[in-house]
Amino acid sequence: MKKAILYINQFFGQIGGEEKAGMEPVIHEGHVGPAMQFAKEINAEITHTIICGDNFMGSNTEEAVSRIMEMLEGKEIDLFLAGPAFQAGRYGVACGTICKAVKEKLGIPVVTSMNVENPGVEMFKKEMYVLKGGHSAAKMRADVKAMAKVANKILAGEEVGSAEEYGYFARGIRRQVWREDGIPASERMIDMLVKKLNGQPFQTELPIPKIDRVPIAPAIKELGKARIALLNTGGIVPVDNPDRIQSASATRWGRYDVSNSDDLKGGEYKTIHAGFDPAAADADPDVITPIDALRKLEQEGVYGSLHPYFYTTVGTGTTEAEAQRMAKEIIPYLQGDHVDGVIMVST
Amino acid sequence: MVKEIERAGFPVVQMCNLIPVAKTVGSNRIVPTISIPYPLGDPGTSKEEQWKLRYHRTKVALESLATDIEEQTVFRV
Repeated sequence: MKKAILYINQFFGQIGGEEKAGMEPVIHEGHVGPAMQFAKEINAEITHTIICGDNFMGSNTEEAVSRIMEMLEGKEIDLFLAGPAFQAGRYGVACGTICKAVKEKLGIPVVTSMNVENPGVEMFKKEMYVLKGGHSAAKMRADVKAMAKVANKILAGEEVGSAEEYGYFARGIRRQVWREDGIPASERMIDMLVKKLNGQPFQTELPIPKIDRVPIAPAIKELGKARIALLNTGGIVPVDNPDRIQSASATRWGRYDVSNSDDLKGGEYKTIHAGFDPAAADADPDVITPIDALRKLEQEGVYGSLHPYFYTTVGTGTTEAEAQRMAKEIIPYLQGDHVDGVIMVST
Repeated sequence: MVKEIERAGFPVVQMCNLIPVAKTVGSNRIVPTISIPYPLGDPGTSKEEQWKLRYHRTKVALESLATDIEEQTVFRV
């Protein structure tokens, strides 16, 4: 029987939540967490489960990868699985990172799964099969099934069909196929052109991916006179969270007056972010919103002045569309106070 | 959010730990921080060390806003 190994994070590895996100990688013989379901779906034996904390992988990437590579050394592996990671950003990036390393260094096929909102999709979809996964672990069963479908094709030595048919993110690889309808390109092209000229809808055969890049804003000319605003997605709020910003998948933001403050103190401010261990930021909110350092730098004349408010939302699970809207709502306040530049601290 | 702010014409610097994510999303000025739960001060180190690190990286971020760049740039800290 063919052999497969699964990579999961501390949460799905049943080690713990955010307080364990710093854990170093470990390897277990047999099945932990989602491995049990994979074992039912997949035509291979899952010999080992690797578990690694998302923060350890995110902050000590090289070390995490090299340790996992050592763990894999000498093992018989036909396929490497990671996730599914759903909408969990750090987990998705971790899955992509380790899959990429396994694929490149060991030449073993890899399969993972993420939700479209996961930043790992853009980073890794071209390099591997990333199945289109659900938002949350409620979709575990469906996501594992989808991964298994691709995995079983690979294990059988057969070719995996198109992105559309198998439900993975298109990898930008073009392949020649015989069309069932047998209509040549010249006719299809003229047909499209006629439709276009008549203002009718048509489906291009070569979609150009849209990359949303923003032109670089010109630098501040005189930093010594510049007004600077501080934003964060780390969820720093007054302890009573007056705007009731959600701890995950935020749709709300707040702005808090710090015109009379030289330092954010634990007990007065805290983080409501559900995506990491809050202990450090609760004890000293300056580790996310560095008001103390900004005041000192203001006194020293490094820059002109600090905008009287800092702005907060929570970045975990928050969709791009919501983030975009919240930024658009914040911008008028920055314009109204003639802010020259912005610092965004994200966690 | 960073992109919307830059689209509005503000130079903006993102201070974050997951640099590849910031790059993929399209932040143009990036200053690395040390971790996700405590970007600007490791509670395992002394208060003074935390302050030094925070002061230094915040200063780099401010200076990045006054630095002309031609392409996406991760500033050295």
